[in-house]
Amino acid sequence: MQIDLRTVTIKPLRHTFDNIARRIGADKPASRYQEGTLDMQQEANYHYRPTWDPDHLIYDRDRTAIRMADWYGFKDPRQFYYGAYALARAKQQDTAEANFDFVENRGLAATLPDDIRDTVLKLLVPLRHVAWGGNMNNAAVCAYGYGTAFTQPCIYQAMDQLGIAQYLTRVGLLLGDVEALDAAKRAWMEDDTWQGLRRYVEDTMVLRDPVELFVAQNVALDGLLYPLVYETIIDDVLSAKGGTPVAMLTQFMTDWYAETRRWVDATVKTAAAESDANKAVVGGWIAQWRDRAAAALLPVGRIALGARADELTAEVVQQFNARMAKAGVPV
Amino acid sequence: MDMQAAKKKLGLKERYAVMTRGLDWTPSYQKMEDIYPYIAYEGIKIHDWDKWEDPFRLTMDAYWKYQAEKERKLYAIIDAFNQNNGHLNVTDARYINTVKLFVSGISPLEYVAHRGFAHAGRAFPGPGPRVACLMQSLDEIRHAQTQVHAISNYNKYYNGMHDFHHAHDRVWFLSVPKSFFDDAITAGPFEFMVAIGFSFEYVLTNLLFVPFVSGAAYNGDMGTMTFGFSAQSDEARHMTLGLEVIKFILEQDPANVPIVQRWIDKWTWRGYRVLTLVAMMMDYMLPKRTMSWKEAWEVYFEENGGALFKDLARYGITMPKCAEQIALEKDHLSHQAWSTFYNYAMAANFHTWMPDEDEMAWLAGKYPDSFDKHYRPRYAYWREQAAKGNRFYNKTLPMLCQTCQIPMIFTEPGDPTKICYREADYKGDKYHFCSDHCKKIFEDEPEKYVQAWLPVHQIYQGNCFPEGTDPSVEGFDPLAAVLRYYKLEHGRDNMDFDASEDKRNFAEWRGQATRNI
Repeated sequence: MQIDLRTVTIKPLRHTFDNIARRIGADKPASRYQEGTLDMQQEANYHYRPTWDPDHLIYDRDRTAIRMADWYGFKDPRQFYYGAYALARAKQQDTAEANFDFVENRGLAATLPDDIRDTVLKLLVPLRHVAWGGNMNNAAVCAYGYGTAFTQPCIYQAMDQLGIAQYLTRVGLLLGDVEALDAAKRAWMEDDTWQGLRRYVEDTMVLRDPVELFVAQNVALDGLLYPLVYETIIDDVLSAKGGTPVAMLTQFMTDWYAETRRWVDATVKTAAAESDANKAVVGGWIAQWRDRAAAALLPVGRIALGARADELTAEVVQQFNARMAKAGVPV
Repeated sequence: MDMQAAKKKLGLKERYAVMTRGLDWTPSYQKMEDIYPYIAYEGIKIHDWDKWEDPFRLTMDAYWKYQAEKERKLYAIIDAFNQNNGHLNVTDARYINTVKLFVSGISPLEYVAHRGFAHAGRAFPGPGPRVACLMQSLDEIRHAQTQVHAISNYNKYYNGMHDFHHAHDRVWFLSVPKSFFDDAITAGPFEFMVAIGFSFEYVLTNLLFVPFVSGAAYNGDMGTMTFGFSAQSDEARHMTLGLEVIKFILEQDPANVPIVQRWIDKWTWRGYRVLTLVAMMMDYMLPKRTMSWKEAWEVYFEENGGALFKDLARYGITMPKCAEQIALEKDHLSHQAWSTFYNYAMAANFHTWMPDEDEMAWLAGKYPDSFDKHYRPRYAYWREQAAKGNRFYNKTLPMLCQTCQIPMIFTEPGDPTKICYREADYKGDKYHFCSDHCKKIFEDEPEKYVQAWLPVHQIYQGNCFPEGTDPSVEGFDPLAAVLRYYKLEHGRDNMDFDASEDKRNFAEWRGQATRNI
């Protein structure tokens, strides 16, 4: 039996906004993701051309080589609008906070074998600069991309990358000191190990096609870096050598990657499924940036993996290829 | 453990610095000007981005935690308001027209702010301002969405909002707020920050956002009020960013001062012209008034803004000259605007009406120097005509100002009996303006403002009819065709409040909710 609470019922004139009804095919209740996303970006009758880019409209489909009949064909499987996004991240940061507390309060950082600590400092701390690049690049995709369905998740991704850069900074401060941050930055600027990756990041910062930038950053670079560093190196290799506390400190990144890749895959899939031309363009970008990213990550992987780096990086690339094939872009 | 104890403890400021600017580096594989291509052309000189003082220090983990808490509360209140038919608790159904104005005129601007701050943030080579701008970009999509979500329930029961995105890009008066933000986002990143971060968010926010939220609070609209209050701490951050930006730019190089002064002059006036809509909302559309437009201008601009500009005087910045003309217009602005919307009620997505006797008395009390003399007689005449069945609807199209895009309704400064017209010639064409200030803005950047998508010109050029319309057929009704292009439902979304479905439904539903019938 259920209890029957009564409220005064008034028959509504309509169930959602007309633009939403047109898109979902009927006047029926719409989700907050739909009402907060669909057609949010202005589409017509712009008044002025950007003084910073007079060849384009304020929002312009032609900033990319990708052609979509409808840019609202993109859907975020997480259905993130701001509120849903903030709640999801707040929960994850709660866990991250508890993990940092746990490691700090029990003095677990001090129990790490010296070689593990060194490896972690050398490997993880310079990655805060890579995340900073991810912040800038996603801000650019958000600013210059077309359609809220495509651009909205990018501001979330941008700020997530900033959050990750800040978590990595905290790892550096916890396992080392401000000097550890400085040393990592020197390595980032000068050591041969990092130059391929730094060049990659700087080269993406000058990309003008927002979808290519999306591919170079979110698909190729993060698609190899996160499985290699957080899954292979930290969760498998280092944990087996007594580095489990480090896995606790990077749980945010592991969970975040598992979540965001669903959106990245959906985006690639939608763009490629639109036309053979899109598929060819996206496929070309993925292959080109994947090869560059894999080469750039190889010396970085060696910090922790030594001679096994080639083999394990190749494995990660293989998994990446399988993932792309599943998204409809065999590369 | 000893090693841990020996660690240098970072102060808040140092800690925030390693969490933000410590992440940045000077590139060597690509040139600075290729990574930051939009930073030089405005002529602003920045010598040292490190001089930037972070206006607030919020790391992402703290941001997520704090914002999620606010979102939880906000959506709980919106849900309760909706479940409880909260819309029937507003003062009277006329109030809902304020909500229509807000969602079609203002909420889409929050979205442009989101994209604009993403652009500006990405464009700045300084990590401090970049992080602050990107955080604001994230906040702005929050504001756009919470507004749409809060107002979604009103749309289910009332007319005029059902296609607000479509309307925003097309309906004649909505080109006023739209062109304002288009103007800002198409400017360079520094001007965008002065336009939106400083002039809009700092100088004018108490005259724009706040009157809507206070109006909602005074009129029983808990849904709208709650998103306003929930945005308050975001707005506080945005205001400190706006102020820091201006101080930073001014301190960097004396050559920046005249550029910034021109922008402040321009954007104060541009912003003020958009506030015309707010002025009439405050004086006419809120059944329960919070304060008059004139009082709001005096408190928030003349007093508070006056103090601000005194503070900025040490940089060589002076009060915008347009303030003098605004002071002369403050007795007239809202009345001239409301008269215009009363005229053009056929082509707007909200209802208009004539104030009742009590409201006329309130207006006369708030505007002793202008209302009885210039506006009451006009209203008395219109009311009389409406009572005889001749409710006046103007079916001709007004001339628009090339810059602010408001119909040329404003009177000469100091002479409320004479319409103010200004014009300028540019490359063989004549352009029209509502004021010296709009004319000056045009003359400073004619190449920009000749591009304006003026709704009236566009209608006359045949660009505002649904596809496939043939205006040459006999009996062609241009207004009906324009309304179809706007996707406004004639007889439901437009015209006088007295005859509206909104009014009838509200009365019936309130009866249903409060009586046993």
